[in-house]
Amino acid sequence: MTSIWPEIEHLLLNVEKPARYIGLERGAIQPPHDPRNVAWLLTYPDAYEVGFPNQGLQILYEIINELSIGEAERAYAPWVDLEKIMREKRIPLFSVDTHRPANEFDVVAFNLSSELVYTNLLNCIDLSGVPLRSVERGIGDPLIAAGGHCTYNPEPLADFVDFFVLGDGEEVVSELTHVIHKWKTSESTHSDRGFLLRELSKIEGVYVPQMYNVSRDQNGFQILEPKYGDVPKLVEKRTITSLEDWPYPKNQLVPITEVVHDRLNVEVFRGCTRGCRFCQAGMITRPVRERSVDQVRTMVSEGLRRTGYDQVALTSLSTADYSHIEKAVAAVGEDPLSCGQTGVSLPSLRVDAFTVGIAATLQGGKRSGLTFAPEAGTWRMRQVINKLITEEDLYGAVESAFSQGWRRVKLYFLIGLPTETDEDTLGIADLAKNCVEIGKKYTKQASVTVSVGGFVPKPFTPFQWFGQNTIEELQRKINLLKDATNRSRGVQLKWHDPKATLIEGVLSRGDRALSPLIEEVWRSGGTFQEWSEHFDLDRWLSSMNKLDLSVEDYAYRHRDKSEPLPWDHLDAGLYKDFLWQEWRDALVEVGLEDCRWTPCYDCGACTGYGLDHVVASTSPPVGGSQGTWQDLAKGSEMPQLLTIRKKSETV
Amino acid sequence: MLALRLRSTKTGKIRFASHRDIAKVWERTLRVSNIPLVYSQGFSPRPKISYGLALPTGAESDCEFIDIQVDDSDRESIIVGDICSSLNSNLPPGIKINGASVMNGKFPSLQQTVTSCVWDITVNEDDTKVDSWIDRMNNANEIVLRRERKGKEVVDDIKPQVYLVRKNFERIDGRVTLQAELGTQPRSLRPSELLRSLEPCLSEYKLRRRKQIVEEGARQLDPLEVAGATPMRSLVGAL
Repeated sequence: MTSIWPEIEHLLLNVEKPARYIGLERGAIQPPHDPRNVAWLLTYPDAYEVGFPNQGLQILYEIINELSIGEAERAYAPWVDLEKIMREKRIPLFSVDTHRPANEFDVVAFNLSSELVYTNLLNCIDLSGVPLRSVERGIGDPLIAAGGHCTYNPEPLADFVDFFVLGDGEEVVSELTHVIHKWKTSESTHSDRGFLLRELSKIEGVYVPQMYNVSRDQNGFQILEPKYGDVPKLVEKRTITSLEDWPYPKNQLVPITEVVHDRLNVEVFRGCTRGCRFCQAGMITRPVRERSVDQVRTMVSEGLRRTGYDQVALTSLSTADYSHIEKAVAAVGEDPLSCGQTGVSLPSLRVDAFTVGIAATLQGGKRSGLTFAPEAGTWRMRQVINKLITEEDLYGAVESAFSQGWRRVKLYFLIGLPTETDEDTLGIADLAKNCVEIGKKYTKQASVTVSVGGFVPKPFTPFQWFGQNTIEELQRKINLLKDATNRSRGVQLKWHDPKATLIEGVLSRGDRALSPLIEEVWRSGGTFQEWSEHFDLDRWLSSMNKLDLSVEDYAYRHRDKSEPLPWDHLDAGLYKDFLWQEWRDALVEVGLEDCRWTPCYDCGACTGYGLDHVVASTSPPVGGSQGTWQDLAKGSEMPQLLTIRKKSETV
Repeated sequence: MLALRLRSTKTGKIRFASHRDIAKVWERTLRVSNIPLVYSQGFSPRPKISYGLALPTGAESDCEFIDIQVDDSDRESIIVGDICSSLNSNLPPGIKINGASVMNGKFPSLQQTVTSCVWDITVNEDDTKVDSWIDRMNNANEIVLRRERKGKEVVDDIKPQVYLVRKNFERIDGRVTLQAELGTQPRSLRPSELLRSLEPCLSEYKLRRRKQIVEEGARQLDPLEVAGATPMRSLVGAL
């Protein structure tokens, strides 16, 4: 009911970018505060400009506010300058929509998309005036919830979060709201928080850490057992069967101030079947569920009308794989409102599906940057990671781009992959140089930005058993690449800090023993660890030392098949045997084709749910090898504008 | 082509959005309101919008101006009132159009044409301190201020730009409020610069731009009333 606006109004003159705290965005909702409603505070535990565009949060914001018994507002982590003032003046975390204090909500729910925000989550709980640990919370305290990709290994945060939600949130958020509403409005149970937590644990996709007993086996590995018979032994992720049923966000928010990805986003499909073995997102979001091109068209045109944006991103894990990609891109240009002024961006482009046709349609509007992700420098390495794109695929895509007028392309690579040799690493530099050469045929200014990140093994991927490269090894590989590219004009090398990669790795596969570590790092002032100016490796290492936790144990060590994994009580829809077989195949360099166009490998994603891939077209789109590593350009119905592909010699 | 000059407020929470933020808000609001604009020629065409003098982030205002060029080639007639009410229903809370003029022929830009601004400056200091500060300000022959401009320190006399400083009768949040008219040519004197130009300095609590003034001969005009502008007076009631 209350608003802390009068308290912060005059403080905002003294902080950086105060517009982050005012709300007022187009599309923002100021729900009426009905005490009988279930009020959610959807919180992104990082700065406003990073958290604002998060589509998951915006989707849930709309769905909850459409419920007659629900209301939702948004919050973001206050930047360090405001946080300092808030602590001095004892001002709690607040929503940006009505500036309501966090502890007046029934649920404070966090989106977790990166491990390095974990300390910010603790900071936000504490700023809300809520006890840090679940067991310390009482009847007047909000429930602390979390969703997002990181919840596939929730254990490092298990002490702090009352419930985690796995998978798609569209359906489960209403079920949660109903259960909480029933509890809240019932005389007999509303004073019993334990009762509520147990009820929540019965909802499919919901994991309530307090409902499990933790023990250690003879080797010291964590084992979880449900405390009660009606608490599931295995928590299954939630999957919506049709994306078409959920055309959200219907009313995407438009910020007042500068944020990242500031454009209209239309999700064209969810899931991915390429089967890249390093990619957690691709594994846990299976199966593929495409939106019809008609719905994409409607969402684009209504979105442009509502938001006033002049930039549209067609989003997914691999947008060039969308069956009707060319139609979808064309739809944006043809929209009457855009009058040819609207730009299209396609994040996450696969080089084996990027054609001159797409390049030509893209350049109609404003030209945005083009980024491709070959991920590895040699065909051998790409077979190991199952990113089955050929060198010709990459050159074809790059040629398409340069021939259609682009002057700069960006290439993403991973280093520190399983079985990687120096030859593989140096292959990255060779690819980049060759791409520059191709570009020079079209423009003297041709340049290629190479961005390399250290590989972090993730739960529910075939590489979950792999011990990640040390900081020193990653740094050595970066140095190899620096030496190999520093004389090549046109190649710019960028890299992710290997120190941050290490901490991501520790948290990514950690167990509950890491809860004290996160608390220790947070207490010593380690917030905003995603920001290089705030990340501090020594803070993490000295805290680990103090708690007798070893980096070797958590990050660098290879795991064995028999070892219980901290996420064994969760089910991402993938058979563990399938993942193990994929891991073995990786080590002998055997690739696996995209299963949309080949017989089923029985990974578990479809079978377990009685689902199938929902594709808008039953045959692969034209151009590139499309994950089949065969030349699909031949015999296609679409005319190719340039003959730049040759039958691959490496296959 | 129809050239329009719009005057609007910036009050409440939106005052924390920067001048640049507001420019983007206008661009998007014009698109959402489906107002066809004239675009610049060239590789990346931009809508023809020009913004007035920047307002410090955090300050409120009754008189922010923008000039837009509406493309009327497809239409028989464009009703300025419709444009304004459509924009008003799409602008964020706190920004409201409160006046408009059709601009005829060639006219100088807002940046060039405005000669001074009237500010309400609410300060944290008490009456005694403020009274003495105002007296000394008004009696000074010159006020020397050091400020940084393009990375270099510049020292100059700002007194010629201080057209008026007096105490307001009305208080805001119980605090003393000054009214100041400050010159904007060749470069604006900012209220914050005024407050720190004379020791012991006054500290700003709240700031509001009340008026922007164009001096034409002996007359002081609103930018909506300059030569060549046809004010849409009937709008004022409707908005």
